Amino acid sequence: MKGILKLGFKLLVNDKAKFSALLLGITFAVYLMMFVTSMFFGVLNHASANIINVGSTIWVMDPYVQSVSNSVGMPDYVLDAVRSMQGVKYAVPLYSGGALVKLADGNYQAVTVVGLDDTSLLGRPALLEGKIEDIYAQSGFIVVRDAEFSKLENPHIGSEFELNDNRAVVVGIAQVATSGLYGVPTLYTTYERAIQYIPNPRYTISYVLVEPRSMDDIPRIKQQVEQLGYRARTKEEFMKRTEDFFIYQTGGGTNILIMTAISFIIGLSISGQTFYTFILENLERFGALKAIGIKSRDLVGMILFQATFTALTGYGMGVGACVLLIWLAKLRLPSYAAMLTYSSLLIGFVMVAIIAAISSYVGIRKVLQIDPFTIFRG
Amino acid sequence: MTHVAIQAKGLEKWFGEGEAKTTALKDVELKAYFGEMLYIVGPSGSGKTTLLSVLSGVLKPNAGSVLVEDIDIWKLDADKLADLRLNKIGFVFQDFHLFPRLTTAENAAIPLILKKKDWDESVREAINYLDIVGLKGRADLAPVKLSGGEQQRVAIARAMVSKPDILIMDEPTASLDGDTGNSILSFVHKNVLNANRCIVVVTHDNRIYEFATRILHMEDGRLTATEKGAASGTENGAPFGAEKSTT
Repeated sequence: MKGILKLGFKLLVNDKAKFSALLLGITFAVYLMMFVTSMFFGVLNHASANIINVGSTIWVMDPYVQSVSNSVGMPDYVLDAVRSMQGVKYAVPLYSGGALVKLADGNYQAVTVVGLDDTSLLGRPALLEGKIEDIYAQSGFIVVRDAEFSKLENPHIGSEFELNDNRAVVVGIAQVATSGLYGVPTLYTTYERAIQYIPNPRYTISYVLVEPRSMDDIPRIKQQVEQLGYRARTKEEFMKRTEDFFIYQTGGGTNILIMTAISFIIGLSISGQTFYTFILENLERFGALKAIGIKSRDLVGMILFQATFTALTGYGMGVGACVLLIWLAKLRLPSYAAMLTYSSLLIGFVMVAIIAAISSYVGIRKVLQIDPFTIFRG
Repeated sequence: MTHVAIQAKGLEKWFGEGEAKTTALKDVELKAYFGEMLYIVGPSGSGKTTLLSVLSGVLKPNAGSVLVEDIDIWKLDADKLADLRLNKIGFVFQDFHLFPRLTTAENAAIPLILKKKDWDESVREAINYLDIVGLKGRADLAPVKLSGGEQQRVAIARAMVSKPDILIMDEPTASLDGDTGNSILSFVHKNVLNANRCIVVVTHDNRIYEFATRILHMEDGRLTATEKGAASGTENGAPFGAEKSTT
C-alpha cells in the first residue's frame, strides 16, 4: 500500500499547477474560517474581560443583565440579603460603569471604572507599580496598563486627571488577564469613591460578588437569590451569558455563521472543482491502472490519500497564515480581538474534512465508474 | 511441447438491449499458445478489441468462458481477477496511457508498485527493462519528452516488468508511423516472444503481419479465417490451428 500511496502522492504533487490550486483553495478557505472564528472568539473573550479579571466564583445581578458591560443597578438590601444567605462565605459589592476623564491637555477620554469593595478589595488587579493600599489615598485610582493605556497619555504614579470634575490621582499601574472589548482604558478604585465620583441612578451596586462556603452550596445560593428576585450566576455561566448575548442578540453569531459558510463554499468550490478536474484528466490512466490490475480498494485508498494529504496540508497552511496574521496584527494592536481557540481549530478541521470527503467522493465515484474496456476502445 | 495459454469457448458478447442491441462476439472459440505471436485482425467494428478485452479479463462476456492457464477467469471474483491480470497478463495499449507526471522509469514500474513491491526496488527493475527496450539513459525523463515510438517502448517495458506469461497488445502501431511500428513489433518478436510467453496482438495494420505466428481474421464478431503467419516455423514458431473458425 505504501508504494500505491507514493504513486498517488507523485501523481498529485507533480501536477504543480493543480496541486497549487488545490492547496490555495483549501488554505484560503481554512484561513477565512479560522480568522473569522478567531476574531469572534477573541471578541467573546474580551467581552467577558471584567468577569475574568475580577474572578469571583458567583455573580449576583439583576435578572435582565445580558452581558457584564450592561449592568443594572441593584439596591443595597440585595447585598445584605445575600450576605445572610445559607452557604455564603462572604459577599461584596462591585461597581462597574463608564465615565469621561478630562486629560491634562484638555481632551476627554472615555474610561471604564471598576469600584472594588472598600473593605476586601475583592477582584483587585495585580499591580506592576505602586502599592494596593494607596487606593485608599485621597482621589486614588489604579490604571490598567493594556493596549488602551496610552489613551490616558501614558500616566505614571502621581499623574492627575479630572473625572467628572473630581481630581483623580494615579496611585498604581496594574495588569489584568484580558483587556476590555470597547477600546477604552480601565481604572480601578474603591466602590465608595466610584459611586461618589460618577453620577449614578438610585441603585448603585452593579454586581454582588459571592464566595460560597463550598462548591456544593452554589445551587442553594442560586435558589435563594432567585427567590429574592435576582439572578446568581457562576463565573462560567456569566461568561456564557455574555457570549450568548454577543452570539444571538448582536447579529455577531449570524455573521460568523454566514462568513464560515461562505468560506466553506469557496473552499469546496475551488478544491472540489480542481480535484475533479485532476481526476478527469487522469481518468483514462486510472482506467489503464484498472486494466493492469489495481484493486478498487487500492484505487479508492490512493484517491482518499490524495484528498486527505491536500486537505491536511491546506489546513496547516491556513492555520499558519491565520496565526501569522494575528501575530502581525498584535504587534501593532496588542489588544487585537482575535484568539485561536481549540473550538475554531476544530471547526476548521471539520470543514476541511467535509471538503476533502466531498471532493474525494466525487473523484472516487468517477474513477470507480470508468470501465477499463474504454481504454481498449481508445 | 506447446501449452495452451488462453482458451475461449463459445464467447458471446452484446451491448444494449432490444432494437439497440449490438452483437460484438458470436460463438467465438480460440486457443492461444505459449510461444506464439497471435494476431487478431479485421476491419474496424469487427469485434477484435471486444475479443481482446474479454480474453484479458477486462470485459465480461454474456456467454462462454475464457481459460487462462486452465483458470476460468470469469468465475473469479473482482479481486482475484485483478490479481490474475496483474500477475499473468501484460498490457500494451493503443494510446500508451503513460502518466505524464511520472518519470519514464516510474511509469514502467507501475505493475510492480501495484504488486506492493518496494518503490525503489520497483524503479530499479523498471530501469533494467527500459535498458532492454532500448531506452537506456531515459529513465528520468517525463514521457512527453519521448517520441511516440519511445513511449510505446516504455509501455512495453511496463507490460513486461512483472514478467507476465501473456502479453496483450491493442493496436500497438496505431499511433506510430510505419517504420517505428515495424521496429516495435520486430523488437517484441525478437526480445519478448519466447516459448514461455504468449503474445496476442489486435491490429488492422497489415505492415506488421510479418511478425505473426498465426493470424485470426474477424468479421462481424466471428472468427472467419485462420492463416499461418510469416513468422511461423521460426525459432519462436508456434503450433498452427486447433481453434474452431465459425464461418
